[in-house]
Amino acid sequence: MKNTEMARRLSRRRNLGKVLQLVFLSLTILAVLVLGVLLGNIIDRSFGISAIEYVSKYEDISADGALLEDSDDTALIETIVLNLRPRTLDAFEAEKPLDQRTRVELLEILEKELLQPSVVRSWSLMESLFARKAVNAELQELWPDAKARWRSWVRAELLLGSQSMDPLYAGIRGAIIGTFITILITMFVALPLGVGAAIWLEEYAPDNRLTRFIQTNIYNLAGVPSIIYGMLGLSIFVRYLVNVTQGRTILSAALTLAVLILPIVIINTQEALKAVPQSLRHASLALGASQWQTIRHHVLPACMDRILTGAILGLSRAIGETAPLVVVGASTFLTHDPSSVFDRFTTLPVQIYQWTSLPGDAWRNLAGAAILVLMILLLGLNSFAILLRNRYRKEMKA
Amino acid sequence: MSVALSTKNLSIHYGTFKAVNSVDMDFEANEITAIIGPSGCGKSTALRSFNRMNELIPGTRVEGEVIFQGTNIYTSEVDPVELRSRIGMVFQKPNPFPKSIFQNIVWGAKINGIHTDHDQLVEESLKAVALWDEVKDKLKQSANSLSGGQQQRLCIARALAIRPDIILMDEPTSALDPISTSRIEDLMDELKKKYTIIIVTHNMQQAARISDRTAFFLNGDLIEFGLTKDIFYKPRDTRTENYISGRFG
Amino acid sequence: MARSRQRLVLSAGMDSIGVALRRRPKPVEQLIRGLLFFCATVSVLTTIGIVWTLLSQSLLFFKQVNPFEFLTGITWQPQIGEFGVLPLVTATLITSLIAMLIALPVGMAIAIYLAEFATERVRSILKPVLEVLAGVPTIVYGYFALTMVTPVLRSIFGQETVGFYNMASAGIVMGILILPLVASMAEDALSAVPQSLRNAAWAMGATRLEVTFGVVIPSALSGILAAFILALSRAVGETMIVAIAAGAGPKFTLNPFAAAETMTGHIVRISGGDLSYDSIDYDSLFAIALLLFIITFGLNILSRKIVRRFGEGAA
Repeated sequence: MKNTEMARRLSRRRNLGKVLQLVFLSLTILAVLVLGVLLGNIIDRSFGISAIEYVSKYEDISADGALLEDSDDTALIETIVLNLRPRTLDAFEAEKPLDQRTRVELLEILEKELLQPSVVRSWSLMESLFARKAVNAELQELWPDAKARWRSWVRAELLLGSQSMDPLYAGIRGAIIGTFITILITMFVALPLGVGAAIWLEEYAPDNRLTRFIQTNIYNLAGVPSIIYGMLGLSIFVRYLVNVTQGRTILSAALTLAVLILPIVIINTQEALKAVPQSLRHASLALGASQWQTIRHHVLPACMDRILTGAILGLSRAIGETAPLVVVGASTFLTHDPSSVFDRFTTLPVQIYQWTSLPGDAWRNLAGAAILVLMILLLGLNSFAILLRNRYRKEMKA
Repeated sequence: MSVALSTKNLSIHYGTFKAVNSVDMDFEANEITAIIGPSGCGKSTALRSFNRMNELIPGTRVEGEVIFQGTNIYTSEVDPVELRSRIGMVFQKPNPFPKSIFQNIVWGAKINGIHTDHDQLVEESLKAVALWDEVKDKLKQSANSLSGGQQQRLCIARALAIRPDIILMDEPTSALDPISTSRIEDLMDELKKKYTIIIVTHNMQQAARISDRTAFFLNGDLIEFGLTKDIFYKPRDTRTENYISGRFG
Repeated sequence: MARSRQRLVLSAGMDSIGVALRRRPKPVEQLIRGLLFFCATVSVLTTIGIVWTLLSQSLLFFKQVNPFEFLTGITWQPQIGEFGVLPLVTATLITSLIAMLIALPVGMAIAIYLAEFATERVRSILKPVLEVLAGVPTIVYGYFALTMVTPVLRSIFGQETVGFYNMASAGIVMGILILPLVASMAEDALSAVPQSLRNAAWAMGATRLEVTFGVVIPSALSGILAAFILALSRAVGETMIVAIAAGAGPKFTLNPFAAAETMTGHIVRISGGDLSYDSIDYDSLFAIALLLFIITFGLNILSRKIVRRFGEGAA
């Protein structure tokens, strides 16, 4: 009968639909999982066992041949005085006399200058927790002299230390300061320009070819790869304007980033302005207000929360940018922290890039830890944006 | 009686479409003049041309003259911003600012340099629209917390606060319930003592209730214009009569 | 901004009235207008800057190297004077294609699910997740490619087939990066299809899926296509993922498991090292960047043209 045939076909169509729906759902879940895996990987790399080998053993260089654990502070000082080069010793004494230093500080000096540890191999968190036997076996076989120590690569020293040739002592202090100063300048350049341009385009600009050209141009700029902005920055800010920026400096980097996020800020602000109802503008104008009075007192306050949120998201993007800054000339080795905009610089993502490119497990662990810091920073910033938006919304209602 | 506003050969185009066709009107001071007609007949367009708010719509073109205080407001020497502080407007949908009730009234006065005592100004304006007793304890609250009818009265108070000569009202009660509507209509009689009011309405009965003179528009033409009682009881044009008696709408 | 006002009597008389309504020069308004216009023109200056930079420096390069050789040569070895850009271009193409293979199906699936099937609860979880994925800095993705994806690939396919640096890892992770872009743009396109079309199809007795594939997707085709092209443009321009995971050193190969350098990866590697201005190496970077710019710009324009030309309802 026709009915049963149709019914059978219908149920087949339905089943197909259900199957495909399942497929779609699982792919979607996959996307969520990927995020989890990404985060998990980073955390995995940031903690774990490191196999550390020392150039010298304490027992061999100590004054009385005793072990490190058995020596008190006085003995440590003796050993240091015995083994350290005179000029280095004087430098340390001048900074802070040895007998005034804590045990922790003395150990630090001992390690860094005399024992000179280096990481020969490190394992991830998962390996360290669940594959302990394999780890131990590898240790015994390949590096019998190495000490295996649990290490959290995310530690205070990471934040406080500066660039170094040694992964055990390298830190991101310079990178954080660099990121901070750069973003600050980027913000002061890109936000006024971007919001101003958006106000012009949405509120003032007549509907003619020039306006349409500018608008199209902005959309195009938003799609230009960030490395091209780096080339722009290199050519114009670093070279052409070298008298203004002094070359490969924080200022050049900040200007490059500002130009990069400008289209995003403009487009986002335009969207925010478009969302303000015309009736608000009409109400203001009908009272005899000028256009700028209308914008300043009514339109901008009405969409300020959206503008700010968008601006912060733009800054988030700038913080995470790497390629253009490498092109503009981030430093691989800073001798001191940047203190002015005309200094050499590095930023957090660039530092991560450099560390990832170096050979050896330790550098990658370090990079993982630095990534964790970067993600926390970005998370904080985005949460701040959301908080700001909510507070502004509450103020508006009052 | 003196004339507060008049038009001479006023035509308004939207692109190629002629919305208002060669209209001559004189609006008497301290009277309420209603403009009635079916939708799309050009009455709102004409109203918006009296304070140059029609310029906010791209593609609008005006021919002829609108004369206010002896000057054609469409000459290049006249500042539309200045003009709008003399000719106020109330819109169809209440549009109070998302600020406090107090701020709504005071802001217009501030930017127009009216230096009276703000508290006094607010009290005066709100009393003029019979809103004072209802909101006097919550002046700092947001205007959005008021009901539709209250918001519209607030908008009227806001327009009054800048002491205009003429108040234009574009279907001010069409979005409101009957009770709010009648409260606002009750205000009109008091208001016309100090102001000239031109009101566009698609509600004929409203026009008959409150206005002194009425203008009937149809398809952009001014068909008839005269005393309200004449228009409604002794219309001279058959089209007017047909509209009044509801043969078309 | 206070203006003093004079209350005037309602009477005719040109002089006194004319003054009150007359246009006054408002310097503040003019100044602000000017400033805002200037802000808008900065964007034009940016474009001029980019075009001038790329063209002028590339011109210096093309004075020394034949453009035809540049575009068709398959060896890039500056030491011996070979400047054939094809190795870089093929690497870019292969990594981008792999990225598309991941991003397009999964992105479309997510878009369809979000637009047609998902409940509010699923949406409220999925959309933020996509936003977070889109907001992760590319350097982090690069790290992920190197430390997680490559070892996985090597254990699946064997360490001989898959190099430590390889294009596949980079491509896969790029796909993940671009996935949210495809999903959100395609979802916008699907959501823009009017509900009336769906209603009409349902009224004919079609199942949910048939409605989706038979009616909604064809209507949204131009938007979806535009999304795909934009995603491709993004993949082509991506730098850090390939710089870290795909390899250093241009190599002309079609093997996705081999290491190769893309256009972007090459630029970032060379400019990260010692580079003297106006050397041929320096100029060559701009030539590559010019090519990159032309490709991505062309794709972006194409994407917008498709949306405009085939707009809504022209399925």
